[in-house]
Amino acid sequence: MKKPFLNEEALKAGYGFEAIPEGLDQDSLLQAMSEEVSQRGFIVAQLDKVAAWAQSGSLWPMTFGLACCAVEMMQTAAARYDLDRFGVVFRPSPRQADLMIVAGTLTNKMAGPLRKVYDQMAEPRYVISMGSCANGGGYYHYSYSVTRGCDRIVPVDVYVPGCPPTAEALLYGILQLQRKIRREKYFSRY
Amino acid sequence: MNSMTNLEDLGHLIVEEIGTDILSWSVAYGELMAIVEKSSIARILIYLRDSEALQFTQLMDICGVDYLGREPRFDVVYNLLSISHNERLRLKIEVEEGLPVPSVTSVYSSANWWEREVFDLYGIPFDDHPDLRRILTDYGFEGHPLRKDFPLTGYMEVRYDEAQKRVVYEPVKLPQAFRNFDFESPWEGMERTVQASIPPNTLQEIK
Repeated sequence: MKKPFLNEEALKAGYGFEAIPEGLDQDSLLQAMSEEVSQRGFIVAQLDKVAAWAQSGSLWPMTFGLACCAVEMMQTAAARYDLDRFGVVFRPSPRQADLMIVAGTLTNKMAGPLRKVYDQMAEPRYVISMGSCANGGGYYHYSYSVTRGCDRIVPVDVYVPGCPPTAEALLYGILQLQRKIRREKYFSRY
Repeated sequence: MNSMTNLEDLGHLIVEEIGTDILSWSVAYGELMAIVEKSSIARILIYLRDSEALQFTQLMDICGVDYLGREPRFDVVYNLLSISHNERLRLKIEVEEGLPVPSVTSVYSSANWWEREVFDLYGIPFDDHPDLRRILTDYGFEGHPLRKDFPLTGYMEVRYDEAQKRVVYEPVKLPQAFRNFDFESPWEGMERTVQASIPPNTLQEIK
């Protein structure tokens, strides 16, 4: 029973289906479901959407500023752009965080501690690489002391370009990460 | 600001008091600078600090200079400040590569980290320093980066190794070498373009 006012994309995503009345259709569906359970041990259903909504709506970043980009990151969190609106609240502990914004130049000396902080974060965890230095070394690409991109140390989800990126750019990056999380199908991965 | 004559007076006074340990001194750009004997740097600093007339009670900075190709190769520079008299003084000593400099941590405690910095970046060792370790560069860093013969990109780079579950150090591998561009000149790269597009015999006439 399709709802006529939903567009095709929404229907594909699984919205707008009503309960199927008793009969042959329902029987075949139930049979398919029980086969799915007996063979794979689970069913993929709308729960992943609920989980994605919850996750993307409460991205708590680790307070982790490395250089001047951190100032722009603070700006994004401050009154004008107000990350609170998106449920983004900076946390002082990696145990409570599920996002790390690598804001600034990552030096070789800091690479170990950065990885340590990342390892301490609970899954699922995400990384935004903010600014040219974190993306690929940037201005310090040929330096003897700078890591040429933080993706050598941690897996990166979203790269935000700029030197430094504006507060809008970082905000856009965070919104892109939210989109990315929303289309994740966690439960079918295993 | 000090007038030139004041600084000249100060220079004469210091030479009078310290004597032959001051090899030369000059006033340039409104600043007083003296080159002194390496072995007596601690004694000179004690005098400058404790003298009632000078009171250079603060050591603002110690830094190194690498004059590659000169003998002796390095300079170590001591920048002093007298708060009471609003005067600044710069002392220099010349150091040969590999030879140690007497530490002045017993005179100014702030010298501790300054000397560690000079040791870290220039590889100049300091005698009798309480804790002569690297201070700025990475743990286990190779070389001394502010030496003129240190390669820009250094020797090692880091990467997280998925198998070993830790950050590993590897020799530097650059896909593209460092290049210098002359953005000021509109003729940058012109020579090659001209030579490619015009037959060689007409090139002389153009010049």
